[in-house]
Amino acid sequence: MRRAGETVRVRDDWPETRHPCHIRTPHYLRGRTGTVVRHLGDFPNPEDLAFARPAAKAPLYHVAFAQQAIWGQGAAGDELLVEIYDHWLESVP
Amino acid sequence: MSVLQADGEKLLAALRGLLAEKGLVTEAAIAERVALTDQASPARGAGMVAKAWTDPAFRALMLRDGAAAAESLGIPMRGLPPLGVLENTESVHNLVVCTLCSCYPRAVLGYPPFWFKSAAYRARAVRDPRGLLAEWGTTIPEGVKVRVVDSTADYRWMVLPLRPAGTEGWSAERLAGLVREGDMIGVTVPVAA
Repeated sequence: MRRAGETVRVRDDWPETRHPCHIRTPHYLRGRTGTVVRHLGDFPNPEDLAFARPAAKAPLYHVAFAQQAIWGQGAAGDELLVEIYDHWLESVP
Repeated sequence: MSVLQADGEKLLAALRGLLAEKGLVTEAAIAERVALTDQASPARGAGMVAKAWTDPAFRALMLRDGAAAAESLGIPMRGLPPLGVLENTESVHNLVVCTLCSCYPRAVLGYPPFWFKSAAYRARAVRDPRGLLAEWGTTIPEGVKVRVVDSTADYRWMVLPLRPAGTEGWSAERLAGLVREGDMIGVTVPVAA
């Protein structure tokens, strides 16, 4: 289980360029670094659900990203808060 | 002809027919869900907000488990995604968007307004939230954090706005009359009329 305050990076992966898929991780966050805010629960993986495959439950986290770091604009301190599945997150040492 | 070129009504009828034929869903179940959604409106969310402003125990429940708070007021939440409630404070203003599609807490706010599903709102809310809010006439002071909540997965989110000044002593019913749909998405903030 990831802890609140942990620094994470969203995988810079683009499965939609390789095969049909259904992904709940927005493009604008791929490869970006954020901070775990909290574990929201475990939910059946939507990437499998969408294709009627057996879907194992996967941990879902609320992850915060600095507005300026993502877009290069905006007010300091403003943030984005996004639900991201654990298998899209990499630990940052 | 591809699915994208098909007549929408015919496509829907064909899909419903197939789902029924395969025993995946019944017409009755679809009708029940449509009726439930038709009953929902922003008045439900406004009632929750007003109760949270006047009842600290309900406010605590609402922030901990929005669906349980809604159910305690008789709002049907069974079979729906969890409802998360984002509290606006003197230091944080929340704005909800779904950049991937149009996730929306329909059980408590009803059908989403047309602009919530527009590409323009979805793109601009995450990239330039203060600029977008200014167009709604909403100015978030410097020093107050704008937090854009991109509703990407299994939760549905609503905002619990700040209770406006000048409403001391108001009943929950009168307070509920102040709260608009946009206040619970975060594009506007309630003001005492």
